[in-house]
This record gives sequence, C-alpha cells and structure tokens, in this order.
Amino acid sequence: MQLKPVPVSAPPAISPERLTHLQRLEAESIHIMREVAAECERPVMLYSIGKDSAVMLRLAMKAFHPSKPPFPLMHVDTGWKFKAMYEMRDRTARELGLELIVHKNPEGVAQGINPFDHGSAVHTDVMKTQGLKQALDLHKFDAAFGGARRDEEKSRAKERIFSFRTAAHRWDPKNQRPELWRLYNARMSPGESIRVFPLSNWTELDIWQYILLESIPIVPLYFAAERPVVNRGGTLIMVDDDRMRLNPGEKPMMKKVRFRTLGCYPLSGAIESEADTLQAIIQEMLLTSTSERQGRLIDHDGAASMEKKKQEGYF
Amino acid sequence: MAHVSNLISSDIEAYLASHQHKSLLRFLTCGSVDDGKSTLIGRLLYDSKMVFEDQLAALEKDSKKVGTQGGEIDFALLVDGLAAEREQGITIDVAYRFFSTDKRKFIVADTPGHEQYTRNMVTGASTADLAIILIDARKGVLTQTRRHSFLVSLLGIRHAVLAVNKMDLVGWSQEVFDNIVADYRAFASQIDLKDITAIPISGLQGDNITSRSTNAPWYTGPVLMEHLETVEIDEDRLRGQAFRMPVQWVNRPDLDFRGFAGTITSGSVAAGQQIRALPSGRTSTVTRIVTHDGDLKTAVAGQAVTLTLADEIDISRGDVIAVADQPPEVADQFEVNLVWMAGEAMLPGRSYWLKLGTKTVSAQVTHIKHKINVNTLEHTAAKTLELNEIAVCNVSTDQPVVFTPYAQDKDLGGFILIDRMTNATVAAGMVHFALRRSHNIHWQALDVSRDVRASSKGQKAAVLWFTGLSGSGKSTIANILEKKLVAGGRHTYLLDGDNVRHGLNRDLGFTDADRVENIRRVGEVAKLMADAGLIVIVSFISPFKAERDMARRLMPEGEFIEIFVDTPLDVAESRDVKGLYKKARAGQLKHFTGVDSPYEAPENPEIHIRNASGSAEAAADEVLDLLRARRII
Repeated sequence: MQLKPVPVSAPPAISPERLTHLQRLEAESIHIMREVAAECERPVMLYSIGKDSAVMLRLAMKAFHPSKPPFPLMHVDTGWKFKAMYEMRDRTARELGLELIVHKNPEGVAQGINPFDHGSAVHTDVMKTQGLKQALDLHKFDAAFGGARRDEEKSRAKERIFSFRTAAHRWDPKNQRPELWRLYNARMSPGESIRVFPLSNWTELDIWQYILLESIPIVPLYFAAERPVVNRGGTLIMVDDDRMRLNPGEKPMMKKVRFRTLGCYPLSGAIESEADTLQAIIQEMLLTSTSERQGRLIDHDGAASMEKKKQEGYF
Repeated sequence: MAHVSNLISSDIEAYLASHQHKSLLRFLTCGSVDDGKSTLIGRLLYDSKMVFEDQLAALEKDSKKVGTQGGEIDFALLVDGLAAEREQGITIDVAYRFFSTDKRKFIVADTPGHEQYTRNMVTGASTADLAIILIDARKGVLTQTRRHSFLVSLLGIRHAVLAVNKMDLVGWSQEVFDNIVADYRAFASQIDLKDITAIPISGLQGDNITSRSTNAPWYTGPVLMEHLETVEIDEDRLRGQAFRMPVQWVNRPDLDFRGFAGTITSGSVAAGQQIRALPSGRTSTVTRIVTHDGDLKTAVAGQAVTLTLADEIDISRGDVIAVADQPPEVADQFEVNLVWMAGEAMLPGRSYWLKLGTKTVSAQVTHIKHKINVNTLEHTAAKTLELNEIAVCNVSTDQPVVFTPYAQDKDLGGFILIDRMTNATVAAGMVHFALRRSHNIHWQALDVSRDVRASSKGQKAAVLWFTGLSGSGKSTIANILEKKLVAGGRHTYLLDGDNVRHGLNRDLGFTDADRVENIRRVGEVAKLMADAGLIVIVSFISPFKAERDMARRLMPEGEFIEIFVDTPLDVAESRDVKGLYKKARAGQLKHFTGVDSPYEAPENPEIHIRNASGSAEAAADEVLDLLRARRII
C-alpha cells in the first residue's frame, strides 16, 4: 500500500515508570469488557453486591467512559440477602444511573424455599443456580459478566475468561476453547451463552487494594461493628431480621464482627474482628491463616463440589 | 493472600505502598507427566506462604488419601484442581496460580505435559514472558522436552529456565547436570531459543527454589525465585516500539463526542501526536486521551484508553490507529505458522473466521508449505492438518488486515481461526510476513456490471446448487430444469460434477481435502458465470456443509438457491446407475460418499426434494416456481 509521507513528529516523552500490576489488571479487565460489548448482542453484568462486584462495576464505568456501560446490571435475588446489601444495591444503581434487573425465582418463592427448612444445598440450587438460568433465558442474555477470580477456588483456576456454556447452561471443563493472547472468541450459536470473568487474574489482595486506591463504596458489613449474632456449631450467624429461626434457648448476643464474603445472611459466617478501616481489613486478611471461602457454607459439600456445581450451571 | 512481610503488622500503609508498585511477571511451567511440575508450583506457593491453614489441613488429609508421596505432603494436590484430574493423577488443563514476593507479583500458567493437550500448552504460553522447562535429572532431555521447547520458541517466549529437577535422586551430581545442560543447549540452538538459564533443583525438598541449596556448592548461578524476580518483562520491550492501537469499540455517547477505545499494543501516544488510521491510511491528530480518571498527556503499551481525533475520519472496530510515520503493514495474504487445535482436520480451501487484533475476517489456508514434526523438527509435506499438528502455511483473507510480524508484536501478529459451524477456536496462528503478491493484485473495476449483463438477457443471475448422494437424481432434475429454462429463452449453464472432474479439476481425488478444493473451484467458477449474467445450475454431491455455505457467501443475498435432493441411501444405492456403490462396497473405491465418507445434509435448503417416489419433472417445476417467485425469471 502506498502512503503519503508526513512530517516526522518528535517521539512523545515516555513515562519512565512501568505499569504497576494493578494498572495492568485494570487494563486487562477493561479490554475484556469492551470485547464483549463489541461482539455480543445482549450482555448483562451479574451484580452480587459484594466487593468483587463493586470493583467489576467500577471497571465497567471506566471501560465505557464517557458513555454509560452498554448493558444492564442484574441481581439474582434469593430473598435472604442482608438488608444492608439491598440498600447498597438500590443506591448504587440509582446514583450511577444504570438499569437494574432483579430476578427472584418465582417457583422457588411460591414453594417458600428458604435456607432453614430446605438446607443450604436446595436453597442455593433453586434460588441461585436455577434462578440464574431462568433469568438468562428470560431476557435472552448471551453474555453474562461475573466477578469470580481464579485465586478463589481450584476449579475456577482452570476456567477460561470467556467461559462457554451450552444451551442448557452446562460447563464442559474438558472441552474449553483455547484462549490465546488478548484474543477472545465470543462467537456462539443461538441459545448458547458465555460467562465472562473480567477479574480472573485479580487476587483478593488486589481487590482490596483497588477498593482502597479508588475509594470504591462497599457494603458496611465488611467493616467490624457490634452486631447481633448466634453461634451455630462454631459459625457466627448474624440475626439480620425476624425471619431468623432461633433454637430453643438461643439468644442473639452482640459481638464486634465483620464478614469476609457476603451472601444469604443465614448462610454467611461472620468473624470476630476489630478491623473497621480498609487498611485494617487488609492487614487482617494478610495476617490471617484461613482462606476466604471458608466462611461460605456451600463450598464444604465435598472436594470437587464447586466443579460439580459449575457443570450444573452455578456461576 | 500475599507473602509474609514484617511490614504487614508493623506498617500496613508502607506495605501497601510497596505492593502497589510491584511489576507483574507471567510465566509458564512445562514438563512431562512425572517431571514434578505441580510439585514445583505447589512448592513455590508454599515457600512464598501462599497456603492457608485450612488448605494445608485439607492437603494433609488428601495426601494421606490419594497422595503419591507415601503419606508425606503431596504438593501436587494443591494445584491439581479438577476431579477428573485427581482420578487420573495428571493435569489436563491450563490452571493459573498467583503469588507475590517483595519485588514482583506472579501469574503462573500450569500446563499439561502429554501430547494430546498441546493446545493447552499453547494457550498458557501465549501470555507468558518466561517459560520454566522441567527436566527429570534421571531421564535427561526427552522427546517431550524438545516438543515443549519448540512450542515455547514458536510462541515467541524470550526467556527460558531449564529447571533440572529431582537432583536429590542423582546425588546432586554436577556431571549429570552439566551433561543435560550441554545436551539441551545443542538442541536449543536449532530452535532459536537464546536466553536460557539452567538451574539444578529439587521441587520436593525445596532446593534452589527460594533459597540456595547446600547440596550443590558447585552451582553459583541464581536460585529460581531470584531469577524470576529480575528477568525482563515483555511489555518493557514493547514500549520502545512504534505506537499501535487496535480499535475495539467506537464510543459515541452523544453527537459531540466520538472516541476510539482500545488497548495500546506497542509504543506510546501523546495528545497532539500525528496518527494514521489503517487500513484507510487517513491521517489526523490526537486531541485527547480520555479516561474515567481524567485526560492523560501520554499513554503507553498495555493501557486501555479512548482517543479523540481532530478530524472526522471514518474509523471502526477492527481498524488500527498507529503513529503516522511508521504505520504497520496491510495485506490479505500471509505466510504463517499454524497450530491446529481441533479434532476435525484442517482442510485447505475451507473457509474459517480469522480474528487478529480486533478484526474478524473470512480466511482460507491456501497452501500447506510443510508440516513440522515437533519431536524431530523435520519438515514433511502435508495435504491436511490433524489435532496438535504444526505447519507453515499460506493464508488468504477476504479483506485486508492490518498486522505486524509476530516476532515483533504478539497482539498484531497472533491470530486464531474459528470454525464457522461450531464456533470453536480451531487454530492459533503467527504471522511471519505478507506475501508480496498481495500488494500487487487488485480487483479490476469493470464498467459493465453483472446486473447490466443479466438484464440484457432478460433475467437475473443466480446459482442453483443441487446437492445430494450419488444416484439421488440430481443430474436428471438439473437436466430437465435446464431444458425448460432454455425453452423459455433463458441463458443458462449446467456445471456437472463428473464433467468438471474431467477437466478443470482433473488433478483432484476424493479425499476430504480434495473434495473441499473441488467445491471451492466450482463455487468460484459458478460465481464468474453468474457475473456473466447466467443462471448457473450446479449439480455436485458437495457433501460438506462448510463448502456449500462458502459457495453461498460468494453470491449476493437471495441469488444462491440450494436444492437438496434428499434420496435415502438405500434407494440411491439400489439404483446404482454407474455401478459405483457396488465398487465402493467391495472396497475398490475409497472415500465414497454415503459408504465410507460422510454426507452432511443441508439444514435449511431453499428447496427440499424428497425424491424417493416423486417425478423429476415435478421437482424441476418446483424450482421454476421459486425462480418466478424471486423474480429471477
């Protein structure tokens, strides 16, 4: 191809500072979100209100600035989240001016599914896994962003950033698409979909440090405060509303606690802590000796349980 | 969790400040099944205090239950994640691990060793700055070592560590180590792998991983972690190159703002800089570098930004914005390295999607120059490529693509091929260079258009494509149809499979690869004839959906009519007009469609003729009805 000569411009001054690992992670996440926006027809961002979702949402605001993200947020609600989470969810969507879709599995609601009568496994399957599949089908979303990280859990460590799902929402770990360089293959047939994990390469420390640097609002439950809790077999469960079923003789006690992960309140274990600033939380996390998902009751059903759940369509 | 540093408890703010400024190194580990790869990674995580108490407790329990170390802690269990892997005791997919030290944060791609998962290793290698190649000191350089090293070199990884593992099992013998290293360097020189650091280690015992081993006083080089903390990162090199940014997304919130969003793949950009958009070649000036955190004065390789320009030039997704005086090349024919990653073989001439940077185009492999035997590096001739095979090929695209040779820039020189039917990623490619002829051959713009030629004949051009088994009745119906068209004063031509094979396609046989080429040529000939204004009737078995779709895409919408003559195999075989089924059943005729070669039935043909009982006359009339309805005649 013939090109017209143009005056040679002086090379711009290059910043001597190389990009920090957080800048590299941020750029990678933004790149991933833009690819999805450009190649998929109906993307959606799954917003779980937790700290990872908060970071993912901030990255989405950055990726499309000065436009708004070209996709809605969706919360798959179980009806059992902490009150503070619902407040955060509604305020965030309102302040950022984003469309928020809330989906609660109507069959589960009709059957009165709850963590007390049905146990964590049934509650999670019906309200989260089935609810998510329903919502994706109902709105015909072909790509759903999730805030999962590869450092969270062993089967996630092996999942692609663009993770392909069959029309029945199944994940086939033995048949993943090769994923090379920064090239993502977002092509799919009607009915198929992809789950996209823009935070794949972030660690828990990266998330907290980014929240600190960027002053990202998070649910106050992450900070230590006096809260009413009961001790259930060594796990501290917060009594968030009067639906909490107390055992005979059981009385909530006030303890200074905080949460490392947030989910349904009857299924989220609190830890006793004095950490009431971000710095203190990070310090506590770095010095602690148990891994993040330990507070989640649903991971303990067996060594390969997350892999199995994922194959069935759990995020 | 990060490594333990005293600063965490004494001064968390100072710790965070230092952690924030760490650089990031991505590396890959490769080795054979028993070389101790997972053990080494488990050891790196363990030694950098990345293993939590609850994980350790689970690890101890699992080690007793399924461990291979006789009840001792089996570090491999820390990283072997999937249930299927645990049962087989091998790593079957790429897994990513994270750890950090005082100097750097690391992302490790743990990739499987055995041959059938080459594609996973290529996936892991594509983003790595460095590769650790593990060797079992007792076994030395194996075929697999050579294969992995070749792939590392192919994927353009600049730094290799030769980790000679299990040194404890050879009594920390310097002679053993030196022999292996000499052996390896002799091989590495053949594959252009230059920066090699050889380190004697024991992953199981932790020697020379994070701290210097007392077992090998003769070794004076760096220990593994020390080397990982100081090796050059590829992005540092890229920042020194010319500015390029593939456009991902055009940002138009309102009529006053038009920005081009993308990730800078090399060089740097500043407000006021002259740029050139490719492939158009139009120039302009950068007015702003827009980010959510405010405008930047400059931005460098690796950053995701949005640029606004002084002039309203047409730029869309897939274009590349580059420094004006050093633009990248634009071409539509390339020599490339191709790694085939699908179970179904690659067939030259078949059309695939090619994605490079942010551009997706239609592409074909036009010629396989040679296959490369990854074990011996020998070059052999090939007509097709099977799973995990690697070859040097020529590729042609239907539109010009902006690129940079892979050796310079992986982001604008690396591409994937995507199957049009399954949407699977079937190949990874690396561009060597553009073939010169692509600069010189241009389409001649012709003054008399195809529509003019067709209307002067009182018709519209079309391709009527008959497909079906041998003996299904295609040619009978096609002949009747042509007679009726000509009787009505239309201008036609009938391309018949047997006739074309006697001339134009005399050089082709009946293998899958030849069938693809056969149909590609027929599709092109049909297109030229339609350009001449003719109604072209094609009567070919054309067993593969991909090639029929390719022929369809050559034609404007609505001018390709697929007619599926759907005669069941037993009916067609009982007719056996040419005696071919008999021969095929007797084994005298290979690759016969329906017998030992597949027929992929059309899913949505324009006309579906179930011809087992109906008359050929009626079938031809059905086609005529459709032609009238579409106002072709």
